[in-house]
Amino acid sequence: MRPLEPISQPARLWLGVSFFVVFFAGWALATLGGYVPKIFLADPITMVEDGWRLLTKFGFGLDIAITIWRVVGGFVLAVIVAVPLGILMGAYKPIEAFFEPFVSFARYLPASAFVPLLILWAGLGETQKLLVIFLGSVFQIVLMVAVVVGNTRRDLVEAAYTLGSGDRSVVRRVLIPMNAPEIAEILRLVLGWAWTYVIVAELIGSSAGIGHMIIDSQALMATGQIIFGIIVIGVIGLVSDFLFKLVNRRLFPWRLA
Amino acid sequence: MSKLIVENLSRVFPGVHGGAAVTALQPTSLSVGDNDFVTILGPSGCGKSTLLRMIAGLDRPTSGTITLDGRKITGPGPDRGMVFQSYTLFPWLTISENIAFGLTEKGMNPMEARDIVAAYIDRVGLKGFENHYPKQLSGGMQQRTAIARALANDPAVLLLDEPFGALDNQTRALMQELLLGIWEREKKTVLFVTHDIEEAIFIASRCLVMSARPGRIKADIAIDLPYPRHYTLKTSPEFSSLKARLTEEIRAEAVLAAAH
Ligand SMILES: Nc1ncnc2c1ncn2[C@@H]1O[C@H](COP(=O)(O)OP(=O)(O)OP(=O)(O)O)[C@@H](O)[C@H]1O
Ligand SMILES: [Mg+2]
Repeated sequence: MRPLEPISQPARLWLGVSFFVVFFAGWALATLGGYVPKIFLADPITMVEDGWRLLTKFGFGLDIAITIWRVVGGFVLAVIVAVPLGILMGAYKPIEAFFEPFVSFARYLPASAFVPLLILWAGLGETQKLLVIFLGSVFQIVLMVAVVVGNTRRDLVEAAYTLGSGDRSVVRRVLIPMNAPEIAEILRLVLGWAWTYVIVAELIGSSAGIGHMIIDSQALMATGQIIFGIIVIGVIGLVSDFLFKLVNRRLFPWRLA
Repeated sequence: MSKLIVENLSRVFPGVHGGAAVTALQPTSLSVGDNDFVTILGPSGCGKSTLLRMIAGLDRPTSGTITLDGRKITGPGPDRGMVFQSYTLFPWLTISENIAFGLTEKGMNPMEARDIVAAYIDRVGLKGFENHYPKQLSGGMQQRTAIARALANDPAVLLLDEPFGALDNQTRALMQELLLGIWEREKKTVLFVTHDIEEAIFIASRCLVMSARPGRIKADIAIDLPYPRHYTLKTSPEFSSLKARLTEEIRAEAVLAAAH
């Protein structure tokens, strides 16, 4: 092992998988070995059985679908607002000066604390759930996109000007394509955070979704179900992360060149 | 008639953190004829880049005016192509797309642009690399692409700011011959900044020597060596005597600059 030395693809895969194995083995040892009481933490086998029952008998698939829809819906709304605004703020300093202080402030307002207010305003329906995700994501995306766009290499912008670009053309033909991979990376990151908000939104006043199932299971002391729910979220996160990376690699081949 | 006229151009940078203001360029006047190949030679920090950037319209003069083909310059435009010392190809575009950037900007139809791009790819010797990304090319190849990108726009003046500064000696010599070949064929007005004395003589029809900071033009030397030039010229007696003269001029300035 030496600093920054790359490793081969199979080795990377093998090492990545082996930590999961270690983790599950540790969990199995702690629970099946009797070191942790069942009330507090279900063992892996119970978890899988509970999960299977949830999926086959209690229609947990629908809950998963609803949660995914909420995350994606709220997130897409946030992207539609935040990405153009972030690009404008990065490109034009007066626009940045106008929005930046407020957005920086709003970024620290915890989305989960808005849940009671949003219930008051929007009721218990889907709008409220989407709004939680939206509020949790939109300010983060705006700020991060603005910073990335604002840090575009000046010499590339200057090169475009000497090639005849006007101001709008510099935004469209330099700032956006240059930073597109970085923006995609920001979206990948924030989508991960959006998952944490949706569960909070579903814990209160919800009749469906993964978070709702978790809160129901708590009343029944069904730790196996809770853990299954949490693991499902993790797996969905992993899959969406993977898809994001795959799409990025397809869209921005120049980054790998 | 002069193509490019610079009158009393100066640039003072305000002091940073309350420090003293820096005079990068003292009021300078200069006139460049059509199809001249002018090299600007001077020690580091004497304001060469500042002068070139103001002509490109990328920096505002503190005083003075620049006129190109009778029109006053107020900002950057496609009539002044620029090649930078740093590699400034657009990393998300292929070599062909980079060269076509200015043509697209002009609204030229893609078929016509493709022919021009192909011609320049050929001229700078990058056949077979059309669909590579800049990262996949060596420094010399990237600068050749940058030259092609600037020339494809057919600018009235080509500005080059130490374009070969980061290249090794052999590559640099080849690049000089390549640029010279293009200039001899296409007849362009060129301003070329360098701190390499041999380079300044070999490619130029005229060489301006700048003083140490604050910069001004202290000598204006015609390079009356015949074209087309061949690299063997570098060992000729005429070349050596010009080199001796410029070395003398620049040495005094370098000593001054180092004393600052
Ligand atoms: N944006 C700036 N702000 C403040 N001072 C600057 C700025 N740009 C250049 N200068 C100063 O102006 C002077 C001339 O700089 P310039 O880059 O034109 O030199 P140069 O002749 O191109 O040097 P080199 O050969 O090292 O590239 C330097 O002393 C530099 O510190
Ligand atoms: Mg310079």
